[in-house]
Amino acid sequence: MRALAPIAAVVMALAAVPLLVNSNVVLNFLVVTLMIALAGQGWNILGGYGGQYSFGHAAFFGTGAYVNAILQVRYGVNAWPGFAAGIAVGAALGGIIGVLTFRSGLRGSYFALVTLAFAEVLRIVASVAPITGAGVGTLMKLDLRAQAMQFQSRAAFYWLILALVAASLVIARLIERSRFGVWLIAVRENEDAAKALGVNAAHVKLGAMVVSAAITAAAGCFYVQYFLFIDSGIAYGTRISIEALLTPIIGGAGTVFGPLVGALVVQALGEGAKLVAGDAPGLSLIVYGCILVLVIAFAPHGLIGLIDGARRRLSRVAKLGAAHG
Amino acid sequence: MLSPAILIPAIINGLLTGAVYALVSLGLTLIYGVLHIINFAHGAMLSAALFAAFFAFRLLGLDPYVAVFLLAPVFFGLGYALQRFVIGPASHGDDRNMLLVTLGIAVIIENALLYAFRADTRTIEVPYAYQTIDFGFTFLAVPRLVGFVSVFGVALALWLLMSFTDIGRAIRAVAKEKLGAELAGIDVAHIYAMTFGLGTACVAIAACLLIPTYYVNPTVGNAFVLVAFTIVVLGGMGSVPGALIGGLLIGVVESLSGLFLGESLGQIGIFLIFIAVLLVRPTGLFGARA
Amino acid sequence: MSDHKIALNRRRFLATTALGAAAAGSVAMPSVLRAQGASAKLGILHPVTGALAYSGQQGRLGATMAVEEINAAGGIKGLGKIDAMLGDAQSTPDGGVAEVEKMNSAGVAGIVGGYASNICLATTQAAARYNLPYVVDVGVADSIVTRGLKNTFRFGPGFGVIAKTALANLAAINDAAGKPAKTVMIVHEDSLFGSGLAKLLNAQLPQHGFQVLETIAHPTPTRDFNNVVLKIKAQNPDLVIPADYYNEYVLLARTMLQQHVKPKGIYSVLGGAASSYKFVKEFPEAAKYIMDCNHWFDPRSAKAQELKKKVEGKGQFFTYEVYLNYSCVHLMADALQRAGSADRAKLTDALASSTFSGHIMPYGPTKFVNGQNQGAAPANTQVLDNDIKVILPAAFANAKPVFPIPA
Repeated sequence: MRALAPIAAVVMALAAVPLLVNSNVVLNFLVVTLMIALAGQGWNILGGYGGQYSFGHAAFFGTGAYVNAILQVRYGVNAWPGFAAGIAVGAALGGIIGVLTFRSGLRGSYFALVTLAFAEVLRIVASVAPITGAGVGTLMKLDLRAQAMQFQSRAAFYWLILALVAASLVIARLIERSRFGVWLIAVRENEDAAKALGVNAAHVKLGAMVVSAAITAAAGCFYVQYFLFIDSGIAYGTRISIEALLTPIIGGAGTVFGPLVGALVVQALGEGAKLVAGDAPGLSLIVYGCILVLVIAFAPHGLIGLIDGARRRLSRVAKLGAAHG
Repeated sequence: MLSPAILIPAIINGLLTGAVYALVSLGLTLIYGVLHIINFAHGAMLSAALFAAFFAFRLLGLDPYVAVFLLAPVFFGLGYALQRFVIGPASHGDDRNMLLVTLGIAVIIENALLYAFRADTRTIEVPYAYQTIDFGFTFLAVPRLVGFVSVFGVALALWLLMSFTDIGRAIRAVAKEKLGAELAGIDVAHIYAMTFGLGTACVAIAACLLIPTYYVNPTVGNAFVLVAFTIVVLGGMGSVPGALIGGLLIGVVESLSGLFLGESLGQIGIFLIFIAVLLVRPTGLFGARA
Repeated sequence: MSDHKIALNRRRFLATTALGAAAAGSVAMPSVLRAQGASAKLGILHPVTGALAYSGQQGRLGATMAVEEINAAGGIKGLGKIDAMLGDAQSTPDGGVAEVEKMNSAGVAGIVGGYASNICLATTQAAARYNLPYVVDVGVADSIVTRGLKNTFRFGPGFGVIAKTALANLAAINDAAGKPAKTVMIVHEDSLFGSGLAKLLNAQLPQHGFQVLETIAHPTPTRDFNNVVLKIKAQNPDLVIPADYYNEYVLLARTMLQQHVKPKGIYSVLGGAASSYKFVKEFPEAAKYIMDCNHWFDPRSAKAQELKKKVEGKGQFFTYEVYLNYSCVHLMADALQRAGSADRAKLTDALASSTFSGHIMPYGPTKFVNGQNQGAAPANTQVLDNDIKVILPAAFANAKPVFPIPA
């Protein structure tokens, strides 16, 4: 339980935000940021802890979104079981892709691009299949009731996504401290050595993939509840895949809070760049890109790594100072 | 759909389109083979090269087939500088960071083009753009035929470079065993930069060959990126013949699946073939055993 | 490697999140610091970066020219000058929503724009939370105005009306020429507007006596149209009906020229380039005789001709995004004046009861039913004599259709 204390503290601090801040601009910003953090935490399980970089995590995001939307719009299923179904199907998809790819021994960049290919296949199918509405997409009806998981106040959405993010943080922490986590990290560090030591690498990677997919699918389910519209580009496009990998790496891959920190910083960076650069099209994104490159240059282990490194340096300096009296 | 009157021209179309894909992928596979990074900035570089070819035509009056001799060295230099002074230092040699750095650079290049030149679609009018050669059952556009022949020339030149020149040997050494190469006295940072420069020069050549029949805007390169990644991995990362054959193959696959499944759904042909090949041969068609 | 064992403690993390959240809070706090004073704030939202950048920038151009014009004439009577707040939707729905939130926070009276249907669906909805009146500039999906949102108004036509008008006009043109066309092939882009339109066309074409040989969907972007043209060539339809964005349309037209494919007519519905001056100027050969049923300005309007000259004087093309947005801003200004205040409820009512005719579209005075302007309809154009002429409706046509295409 003590291990979960930092998570509890952070979540409670974040939960207090809507009580202190009234601005819907900020709340909307934070809702979107938390959703991206959730998608990124999914990626983090597989990529950060497991070392298997996926370039196609949109496959799970989009599947969660579509399943949730289609069940509600076409089959009249209630939003809450629809949400759960989206997560379940996303996880199952993760299992299928995992079985296919890990059994073939795909690794590294090959694995990354195969996941991208899966996401693309799904995008293309979704853009022509009648059940998704094909090119027209799926539009959910505005129904501002809690039963339909739609809320008048942005704060309610905020707490919902925060709860999901909190769950993902707990999952990450539990994995970190479990035997499964040890195996996973072992596979990341040196898969062949881990196998030699008796770790069933394929099973471990598969397990990570399923959990990873479920978490990112949850982000997709949430997207559709919040924006009420999904199409193949939004669901399976490369934008989500990139955000899902960018935020954990920037924040600190393989750490519990990495995706959250990364999402906050990257999103804030985007907004800040807009403030600095103003209305001229493209200028704010140039600033954003430059700062991104600089962040990577100066924080190669992610921001949490940076702070960790600074803390260690400071403690070393303190120790040296103490030693020399 | 099965009548030869449509099938054969479709296959030929696929080969011609595939040649362009191969040209775009040649640069990417070199960069991957040596630097072991997926260059996210590849699409943006293609867009930039297309803009360069456009302005070479508009401002300098250079036909793209002439401009290529100017732009290839210029882009070589740009690529060299980019790797040597930006990507290399920023990524501290870490693969995953190089990936993100190229991502950042992609955003910068695309939006710099947008900011400087706006989003208008631009095209050039060269006299041979509409010229076709009548093969009886189909008309083949001259620029596409030129592109097709050129890709073999470029691939051959690259292969000769890699096999028989000192720099090529150095590149191959670094690709195979970086530490050993360094110990043998090879300046790895320089070789990385040379490779990136070569890759960028290939992109410039692809742009010049593409521009007579295509168009230019800040996001145009993005349409080729996914296909290029697919081809590079399919052919085996780092393999020049792999990129060539992979490109032609993907072109034909795209064409035929577009014919049978419709242009929209047919796009999955590329990715399904890709997944299928990788599940069977995880390092690609011509890739070295991992 | 101990670097990887990063045990996080509460203090360090709170420091980073607090920093992040504070940064977020401070930078997301919007333009409360913007120009104050007795003015009416208007949100102008377009996707000026990303895939839709060109259309977004054209839309912004039209809107800002209208604002400048209104302000130069002294602003809105009783309210003062319009303070335009420009927003970039970044070609995504969530980008658009973020901008709507900022505009709402800044206290805008209303918002104009959106451009793309999927962006508009999200932005109108976000605006509805605050009862913020929203005038959609282009977005043609019918679903935009069928959700029962009281704040949403669309000045231009939706694709239901567009498809119906296009087919009625096609039948008329075909009949007038002695019914030379019977078979049709549709080529459409596969996202919202293309698919939606194709579905309607497929349903309605047979009712007018046309036979659809094949419907070809293609993605945006499409890198090569040779196979599509091969299929057209093989089946030899009398008519080709394209519904695309600009770049794909140009590639298609050029490829048809290259492959010597010459149907009796090319009749686009919302053809991306077919009624574009840019297309006509840059590809006169490929553009000849192409017909389009698309948004078009009222050629009888002196203001429209004046605006055209001004836009071309700036080195830009007079595209539909420009004049639709120009008209929408004037519509909004008129409503503000009639409302007499920047109060959102009053503005919404003013829009709902609007009978504005000071716009430059051939729609007649505005009349909104459930948010849709009833008079909105597309016009038929044809590229003749290196210029774009209006061929239908007869009320303001300035040329007769040339059909079938002369051999």
